[in-house]
Amino acid sequence: MTPLLLSSFTATTALGCGLAATRAALANGSSGLQPCRFESVDLPTWIGEVPGVDAQVLPPALAAYDCRNNRLTQMGLEADGFADQVRAAVARYGPARVGVFLGTSTAGILQTELAYRRRDPDSGALPDDFIYRTTHNSFSLAEFTRDYFGLSGMAMAISTACSSSAKVFAAAARQLALGSIDAAVVGGVDSLCLTTLYGFASLQLTSTQACRPYDAGRDGISIGEAAAFALLERAEQAQRGDILLLGTGESSDAYHMSSPHPEGLGARLAMEAALRSAGLSGDEIDYINLHGTATPANDAAEGKAVAALFGRRVPGSSTKGATGHTLGAAGAVESVICALAIGDNLLPGSPGTENLDPAIAIDYLLQARPGKVRHALSNSFGFGGSNCSLIFGAAA
Amino acid sequence: MNPTLNAWIDGIGFLAPGLPDWPTASAVLRGEQALIAAPSLLPAPAILPPAERRRASRVVKLTLAIGLEAAVHAAADVATLTTVFAASGADGHNCHALCEQLATDDRQISPTRFHNSVHNAAAGYWGIATHAMAPCQVICAYDASFGAGLLDALGQLLVDGQPVLLIAYDSEYPAPLHAKRDTPDCGGVALLLSPQQSERSLSRITVSPTDEPAEHLADAALESLRTSIPALRSLPMLQALARGEGGRVCLDYLAPMQLAVEVQPC
Repeated sequence: MTPLLLSSFTATTALGCGLAATRAALANGSSGLQPCRFESVDLPTWIGEVPGVDAQVLPPALAAYDCRNNRLTQMGLEADGFADQVRAAVARYGPARVGVFLGTSTAGILQTELAYRRRDPDSGALPDDFIYRTTHNSFSLAEFTRDYFGLSGMAMAISTACSSSAKVFAAAARQLALGSIDAAVVGGVDSLCLTTLYGFASLQLTSTQACRPYDAGRDGISIGEAAAFALLERAEQAQRGDILLLGTGESSDAYHMSSPHPEGLGARLAMEAALRSAGLSGDEIDYINLHGTATPANDAAEGKAVAALFGRRVPGSSTKGATGHTLGAAGAVESVICALAIGDNLLPGSPGTENLDPAIAIDYLLQARPGKVRHALSNSFGFGGSNCSLIFGAAA
Repeated sequence: MNPTLNAWIDGIGFLAPGLPDWPTASAVLRGEQALIAAPSLLPAPAILPPAERRRASRVVKLTLAIGLEAAVHAAADVATLTTVFAASGADGHNCHALCEQLATDDRQISPTRFHNSVHNAAAGYWGIATHAMAPCQVICAYDASFGAGLLDALGQLLVDGQPVLLIAYDSEYPAPLHAKRDTPDCGGVALLLSPQQSERSLSRITVSPTDEPAEHLADAALESLRTSIPALRSLPMLQALARGEGGRVCLDYLAPMQLAVEVQPC
């Protein structure tokens, strides 16, 4: 593919709001995970909660969008001056030429879960103040973002579970390549809710402690929430050191709804497609941000695919021990982490992981370390067997 | 710069209330027979193993029915096809059951209900049924979902030079969510889109942005389907295809952006 410029990017996770907090945590190996005290949830698990989300107040004209997920969307958009960069792009290209491509798994379903506790005792009706379209629906974060910036062009939400906000980069890249838009707001937002907390617990996929990706004793995920965004534009004006999207690869496992292909076949296809798209060989990748959810099955399958393609030649880590698994936002969060790794020449480590699984034959980084990162690969895999790999680099 | 987004339609699958397949729908769209109101008929998916077939949800039956109809129409091999799913919502019945249980003191939800709650559940079952390991996209844009799916399907087709199967579909929510989102029944359309013309090609389409209002259908029952089931915002284009007519139709997308579709029969 023709490289695209990430002219601005930002991430808000349990590590904090914006790049400075993210950068500091990655450098010193700290984690944002804590025992779950979210809402009325009673589960022995740890989560990555973003502080201060519910203090966000949406603009009065957009009050219909008010819910935790859109509060987190706004919080993320306003971090690091990202929203101002979007407004500048809108001024440059016009409101019809800036597209919106956002990933989510559950959007604002928490709003519906809460509304179901307030049903009319006689009729069973949901309360009048509950608005499905602007809170629950998977498009609500994309429509909110489009309205937030007064845009009038293309917009879509991509919802392929935990690969959602990696796949938005590929979808936006296609429209930029075709010339149907001049810039794209891409990213992902997912917020804590009962469906995912109790759902992953029902599958016995949540850990009772902070998650330990690639650890021999790993026993499940820690669910997190996040909002992460990038502004994608054509790269003609890129300056030396600017972060570029170089390649995208997508595939399907065609295997099982909630378990990965045991040999990591779909994962391998996605990584191979990303390398082809970027015109790079495996030896030109300097860091892999692994999907690394810390479930026994995911890390074993991904590890096999990475070992088959890269052996022990390329260092990698999962940063989910720091942020938690932010589900539909994970692809965008970890794209931003790759951008920071390239910009700062810092390979992140894996908070929480202590005893590496000896059955996984890859170069896994427990601690952050300095190192030249020319090209970084990010993996995102989701329920339904949806896989996406992205490759980032720096402009020469 | 506005690009020329064009493709050939090689196959069509269709299912809506009173319209069980594309041959019936096209006869109604041509005015040869009347639309007789009836609930959507969702066939048991023969492609799934018997146990899975019995458990298959309404959206899984719907997407397998229309997707396979379009692929058979085009004589395409489903195991190799890139797919784009576009839906205004996930499985409404499953969502209701989860929310209802999470509002009680017993929050131990079923793991199957949970994995079926994802927006890409139907796409996941499509992969399992067809063994397709090609890219699979799953989009939501509320009422604009058909247009969003068409735009990304054309994007993949033009950038990768491969055929793409677009499966746009919607389903209903039960009460009490139905009062908040009143999609009446299951319905959808599947289009096998190809970057080159072949002997299978039915028509060429060229898609461009516009701010013109969408075409309405003269038949009130068809027009009601167009406005109540988001995937059926495609009906004006499908009517031109059914009639074998060339010309320009305008479809609702995301106000103020609409999609103009130039239809050229092969």
